[in-house]
Amino acid sequence: MGYEKFIKQVSGKKKSDLMLFTLTTCGWCQKTKKLLKELGVEYKYVDVDLLEDKDKQEAQKIMTRWNPRCSFPTLVINNTRAITGFQEDQLKELADNA
Amino acid sequence: MRDVSDKDIDALYGIFKKDAESGGYYLNPDTGFAKELVRGLIANEERYGYQSCPCRLASGIKEEDLDIICPCDYRDEDIGEYGACYCALYVSGEIAEGKKSAGSIPERRPAAEQRKKMKTEKETGRIENGGKLSLPLPVWRCKVCGYLCARTEPPEICPVCKVKKDRFERFL
Repeated sequence: MGYEKFIKQVSGKKKSDLMLFTLTTCGWCQKTKKLLKELGVEYKYVDVDLLEDKDKQEAQKIMTRWNPRCSFPTLVINNTRAITGFQEDQLKELADNA
Repeated sequence: MRDVSDKDIDALYGIFKKDAESGGYYLNPDTGFAKELVRGLIANEERYGYQSCPCRLASGIKEEDLDIICPCDYRDEDIGEYGACYCALYVSGEIAEGKKSAGSIPERRPAAEQRKKMKTEKETGRIENGGKLSLPLPVWRCKVCGYLCARTEPPEICPVCKVKKDRFERFL
């Protein structure tokens, strides 16, 4: 998996396994990162627009599994489900209960 | 990626705002948020050669990305239904006035497979209908704002929303 070496980790309380796929240019992606940080939860992220073509395709393939539209941001939770877009309430709930 | 200067962002933001207002559109009243999107548009212009939507991943092939070059083909429908375009650079009058706030909305752009299928169907349909029209001139439609005009070729620039000729499709 080529893109995996570009995954970055943000430290915080370990709630669930959170993997966030983002674009550096996207306002909703920036808001999602900021809120997760404020909520103090641990999460990983990868900026897909900065990847080389092959890694980009790999990352999109993984995203498609959880979000067929492959839209940004996509937050994959415990490798079982995804939150797509900037969903303030769902992220807060996740930080409380997950 | 080169660091885009605040001066460049302010300049482009000013142009967008003026164009938006003269065409009956509004930019997001959260100027900090809007300017971050403008930064993204400048970054995409440098990467791909065109200002593709900052909240969508461009393929880098212009022909495949035409529908997501800002303003995208989905902006007006999204403003109508949700009060904001997908990235929320453009918003409704209600949101611009602060009566409501913009949120993250579902993606209207069809998935890649679907887009490919639609394109083939459209091209095949056009060939089948070719030559059967009795209009004196073809009618062209701007895919961004819906402007229609009957002339031999679409205009260089849409007189309503200012997008380029390549965003027009043959309507009749």
